[in-house]
Amino acid sequence: MSATATPPPKKVNRLGLEVVNYKGGKTTLCAGCGHNAISERIVEVFFEMGVQPWQVAKLSGIGCSSKTPAYFLGMSHGFNAVHGRAPVVATGAMLANRNLLGIVVTGDGDTASIGLGHFMHMLRRNIPLIYVIENNGVYGLTKGQFSATADLGSTLKTGTPNDMPPIDCCLAGIELGATLVARSFSGDKRQLQAILKAAIAHRGLSIIDVISPCTTFNDHEGSTKSYAYMKDHEEPVHDIDFVPFFDDIAVDYEEGTTSEVRMHDGSRLRLKKLGRDYDPTNRLGAITALHESNGSNEVLTGILYIEPGRPDFVETLDLVDEPLATLPEWKVRPSREALEEIMEELR
Amino acid sequence: MSTLDVPRVAREDAVSDAPRATIINDFSIQVATVNGSGSQTANNVLMRAIFQMGVPVSGKNLFPSNIQGLPTWFTIRASKYGWIGRKKEIDFLVAMNPETAQEDVMKLDGGSAVIYDEPLKLNQLRSDLHFYPVPFDKLVGPVCPEAKLRKLVRNMIYDGVVAHLLGIDLEEIRKALFKQFGPRKAKTAELNWGAVKAGRDYAEQNLAKTDPFRVERMNETAGKLIIDGNAAAALGCMFAGVTVVTWYPITPSSSLMETLIGYLKRYRIDPETKKATFAVVQAEDEIAAVGMVIGAGWAGARAVTATSGPGISLMSEFAGLGYYAEVPAVIVDVQRVGPSTGLPTRTMQGDLLVTAVLSHGDTRHPMLFPSTPVECFSMMGSAFDLAEQFQTPVFVMTDLDLGMNNWMSEPFPYPEKPFDRGKVLSKADLDRLGGFARYKDVDGDGIGYRTLPGTDHPAAAYFTRGSGHNEKAQYTEREDDYKNNVDRLAHKFETMRRRVPSPEVRYNELAEVGLIYCGTSRYAAEESQDQLKREYGLETSLLRLKAYPFTRELVDFINRHQRVYVVEQNRDAQLFSLIKLDTSAEQIAKLRSVRYYSGLPLDARTVTDEIVDQEGL
Repeated sequence: MSATATPPPKKVNRLGLEVVNYKGGKTTLCAGCGHNAISERIVEVFFEMGVQPWQVAKLSGIGCSSKTPAYFLGMSHGFNAVHGRAPVVATGAMLANRNLLGIVVTGDGDTASIGLGHFMHMLRRNIPLIYVIENNGVYGLTKGQFSATADLGSTLKTGTPNDMPPIDCCLAGIELGATLVARSFSGDKRQLQAILKAAIAHRGLSIIDVISPCTTFNDHEGSTKSYAYMKDHEEPVHDIDFVPFFDDIAVDYEEGTTSEVRMHDGSRLRLKKLGRDYDPTNRLGAITALHESNGSNEVLTGILYIEPGRPDFVETLDLVDEPLATLPEWKVRPSREALEEIMEELR
Repeated sequence: MSTLDVPRVAREDAVSDAPRATIINDFSIQVATVNGSGSQTANNVLMRAIFQMGVPVSGKNLFPSNIQGLPTWFTIRASKYGWIGRKKEIDFLVAMNPETAQEDVMKLDGGSAVIYDEPLKLNQLRSDLHFYPVPFDKLVGPVCPEAKLRKLVRNMIYDGVVAHLLGIDLEEIRKALFKQFGPRKAKTAELNWGAVKAGRDYAEQNLAKTDPFRVERMNETAGKLIIDGNAAAALGCMFAGVTVVTWYPITPSSSLMETLIGYLKRYRIDPETKKATFAVVQAEDEIAAVGMVIGAGWAGARAVTATSGPGISLMSEFAGLGYYAEVPAVIVDVQRVGPSTGLPTRTMQGDLLVTAVLSHGDTRHPMLFPSTPVECFSMMGSAFDLAEQFQTPVFVMTDLDLGMNNWMSEPFPYPEKPFDRGKVLSKADLDRLGGFARYKDVDGDGIGYRTLPGTDHPAAAYFTRGSGHNEKAQYTEREDDYKNNVDRLAHKFETMRRRVPSPEVRYNELAEVGLIYCGTSRYAAEESQDQLKREYGLETSLLRLKAYPFTRELVDFINRHQRVYVVEQNRDAQLFSLIKLDTSAEQIAKLRSVRYYSGLPLDARTVTDEIVDQEGL
């Protein structure tokens, strides 16, 4: 072997970019934090999907989860907004520039408490966004108080039990108008990748509630958001195979075992049946399944609901194709004649 | 409309001591009705008819926070001198509301006139007034066969009576009425026209005029229009190229947004694609409304929200983020009496102090103070330019009086200046520079260069966050980084001092006394200057602030006078306090305060009386 052998060619995506172009700064979260795994999945998936990093806007609220946009997609514009209110900042940004691919990362404090109102109205509007909830049932950055997604009866590290029922962000998502609703587990690499890819391909609002254990404050016995609990209770509703539009592989499946959902951009979701019949296009069925699982201590994961056809907010508002932000002056300042006409009406 | 724009007419007749002769074009009419009775139409028609006769006029709607049933008063002031501020004294009362009629009559000065609903027998209350009883119920039946419409049509009758008694040309009433209803409601207009004529006929046959008030044709309103400040600000937004509009309904700002939406649908649909060049969101609350504006401004859009005091309070955290993250935003505050329910339909300059420093930490926000519909229009353009030039939230401080009342106005000049979109680096700029540091003061004015999300360049991105960042927009908790950043922001604010609109200053070489004010206080202050000179021989200079931060002219003005009265519409001397923050001890020693805070628009007499008292005249 020669000492001057050229190194093997680096792996590049369809844009010719390497995975390093999708990385961010070094994480400052605790070792073993589920959020770090989610950041890694975002890096991989945006790389594999060949998303132009500078077409992405990444936004967050406040909390451990909201620090993570600094740890992925370093070549994308980022906005660390105020607590609970990333949805509205993201809404403004998406209206200003409809060509942006928006990803919002929030926590359960952001989404289920201080920003619950904004979350609900974002759902109603079906804002075109990938909305990730890094859900650990606990306030990490303020050192371990219950969040509103903590299950009834689960305990703090101190042993204090939670006496409030949880808010289920996926149920809210399905009920109020998100057009892709998924739940996953930060430790389920393959599933989370597939869901994130589906969210990139989806036109409309994707809610991804990821159970993401807090190793410091909520990974003990008595927690229902711990690694151990999720290993025992995660119940995927299907096995997801995402086939991007640019990678059209034909695979034959055995009749009756797999359903396929066609995405807006031509990508396909192949959902392979596991233990149960689950139809993610059936809204009431999805709601019922979630209610039933909440009673049986199962954590259903996968793409729980998808409605690819419904118009997103940008379509509902019937905006021009080019970004509003950069429309030329002559398109946004009406003419002298227009002003004169208005003045005449008021005389 | 500026009172200055109306040429003054010789005023010998006003100071004459001759027995009370006819008083022409110089009086106020107050109509007291019940909210929801359709009186607004009758009042606007009356106001417009006087306007069409060339007489300077203003209309002030004093209404309750209620949809139907509570008392409401509408005051129309006709002034040949062009004074269009509120006049404290009522000369001509139309008493339609049985609940308030007695009190309304008892408050009048002797010699005033009263049109009243005959069964109320108000003429028994006083003997020093001119009474005109009108049997409204008897008159309305024949002109309005449909019983359920009578309540609404009944009010048009007083337009006919007033027109007859004051000598308002009935043809002008007809023109104003049909304009008010528009061609699509011509049938309704016809019905109401019948009521006007019935009122006129009744007055002609039954009422002998004994009061001195008359309207006579002038030529002081040609080319002018009637518009409320909210509509003017809405047009200002549209002609400033606004693209993202967010709001949460709140009195008195809702009509600004509703009017804007109406105009955008008419004038801002792309003619080729029929798609909208604007996005409107009725948000879930004011926090969301301003958050969307911040998000849109960050992404490069001209975005606006309008609100009032309670909304300003809710926007506090985002205002601070906008200041520190340096994001353009335009927020209109149509000030009202608050908080909570407060007096939501009454006016106040009550948010000056809180808005200047809105949020926590060290924050300072620029504010603009329009005083006329023309300024509501033009200052919206200035606000968008300033927001983008300085990459910061800009607050346009109007109030309920300006926003919701109808004002006589000059037509708006078409904005000739192209937009100033501020320091935004394009792909070509980045190709040339290779990269940039978002918060670096390259030009020495405290303003960094920004890029918009979506700029097609690998070096375009930066990370936006609150106050903890260095020049390169990286998170930091280092003492020097924090201090350098806030010092640069302070420097940026100093730069702004030289770029915001300068005050309107009217020096009077004879004056030792100066008046400082902003916004709608101008109407009372300018008229008070006239009263002070005419009645007390006191010469004064005037300075009307148009913006915060204050410019050099303010300090010069204080230096050139011995005593300076800061006139404003709040209890706590908010403008006075802001001025104190920017002036020396020697200058502060010259400052005095005139405050008015009962919820009605400030009137000249109140200002005059207060200054006379403090001057010991």
